[in-house]
Amino acid sequence: MGSTAKPREIRLSTTPTQEELAKLKLGDIVYLDGLMYTAREGVYKRALDEKANIPMELPAESAANFHCSPAARINEDGTFEMGAVTATASFRFAKWLPEWLAKSGAKLVIGKGGMSSKDYKAYFVPNGAIYLSTVGYGTGALLGRGVDNVEAIHWNEELGLAQAMWVIRCNRMGPFIVASDHEGNCLFERENERISKNLHKVYEGTRPATLKRFGETDDKSEELI
Amino acid sequence: MIPMDLIEKTAVTLMNKAAIEIPDDYLTGLKAAAEVEDGDLSSFVLQAMLENYEAAKEDRRAMCGDTGTPRWYVKMGNQTQVEGGPVALEAALRRATAKATNGVPLRPNRVHPLWRTDHDNNVGIGAPEIEYGYEPGGEWIDLITVHKGGLFGTDYRMLFPSDGIEGIKRFYLDSLVAFGKRGLSCQPAIIGIGLGGCKDTCMVLGKRAACLRTVGDRNSDPKIAELEMELKELGNSIGMGAMGFVGKSMVIDAHIEVGYCHTGGMQMSVHAFCLSSRRAVARVFADGRVEYRTDPQWFTDYQRRETVEWEVPQNHEKSA
Repeated sequence: MGSTAKPREIRLSTTPTQEELAKLKLGDIVYLDGLMYTAREGVYKRALDEKANIPMELPAESAANFHCSPAARINEDGTFEMGAVTATASFRFAKWLPEWLAKSGAKLVIGKGGMSSKDYKAYFVPNGAIYLSTVGYGTGALLGRGVDNVEAIHWNEELGLAQAMWVIRCNRMGPFIVASDHEGNCLFERENERISKNLHKVYEGTRPATLKRFGETDDKSEELI
Repeated sequence: MIPMDLIEKTAVTLMNKAAIEIPDDYLTGLKAAAEVEDGDLSSFVLQAMLENYEAAKEDRRAMCGDTGTPRWYVKMGNQTQVEGGPVALEAALRRATAKATNGVPLRPNRVHPLWRTDHDNNVGIGAPEIEYGYEPGGEWIDLITVHKGGLFGTDYRMLFPSDGIEGIKRFYLDSLVAFGKRGLSCQPAIIGIGLGGCKDTCMVLGKRAACLRTVGDRNSDPKIAELEMELKELGNSIGMGAMGFVGKSMVIDAHIEVGYCHTGGMQMSVHAFCLSSRRAVARVFADGRVEYRTDPQWFTDYQRRETVEWEVPQNHEKSA
């Protein structure tokens, strides 16, 4: 391993204070304690578009929204088996997140790939929220070890196991990476900027395809050849 | 005659192994990438992944919570007969998929594309996919399950002979860079490339190149083998690593499979098989023996044959 600097490790509650959140820096490694709930398109549609009552006290019980469907089952006796836990890509939920953050008071949004700095500045910062990215994105078994207990599942009848709202008690669940800070800076954009500088060299000796596609031009009248 | 209950039992075990145990060839490849990775965040990610594989095996839990879209590749020797015939075989594989989804557990990912209805067992219309191959000689059935991720890292493009190798490289880089940003394709991955065929076969070839060949394996055509090495290196020179962070590990290996195509075209597909390269294989024999392995050994000389007739080469008779 040629690693130079080891990232900082921090333990954080799923109902964190503003002071704790303000200290987080891009690239910090976070481990979480407390209650966390999963919510993705199914939950957002039901809670926001269909105005169903959210079956939890938010954010008092939890201010941590995980974009996740676990690999889990409901046993016949009503208990749960949760093996691995992995996030899903968050950019697809931008449509619902502004309203969700305002309504749920979520301070931690946990997922895959982050949002844009524009999203962070527009509605994360005003709501005092931070984005944490999962690592890898395949550290499902490590995150599964951080599940102390599955407290409840909501809306599984309506949405299915993958889209249901799972309520999880975490004990040092992680690792997660801080991907936005209290000013709305974006870790992925910072990295992308550095990588983009060298891309023209990598592309030397290649050529664009003979036949173009829409999307490579915005002019729909173009012949694409 | 191979008993169907043995096939189903073996299939359930394979589902389990695929979800939990990282194949040795990929693990070795990832460790080699971790050795040379010098991006601080990328290094941290690779180290976490290596710990994750250990945790999965120790706890017997799925290595990733997104357990992909389980599918089956079935290959039979020419003399093979299965109890109950092909319909019973497909039912057994569907049952095994449903059982393992609830057993391991896996994430029940499969839903109807429009109605989003969910059977909570990864079985539905066209799911799991079951694809077939045959080999001359032998009385055995190979069951191969692959749980590939289902959202990012794959693309298709119609190229033409005039696009040449430069065009292939361009589309390859475009795919890696586009899906590599923010790590959507869960790199570093085994990259499969399909060249030629028709659009559907081009996709099938590329996907099989990613999922059914092991790290370090080279195409039997020496010039294609050379291109594989070149593309692997090119991918790792982008300057991007795990999660789209600054780094140098994008590609654990690059595999190319080709098929004869329309004289005017050069179809190309790119597929990324993620950090959890889930595949497991077993050969079931008529006498009840079951041999587990992680190398699908799919692309034999017979699968890549160019001729009308096939004559079994003397030295290949037994290994096929």
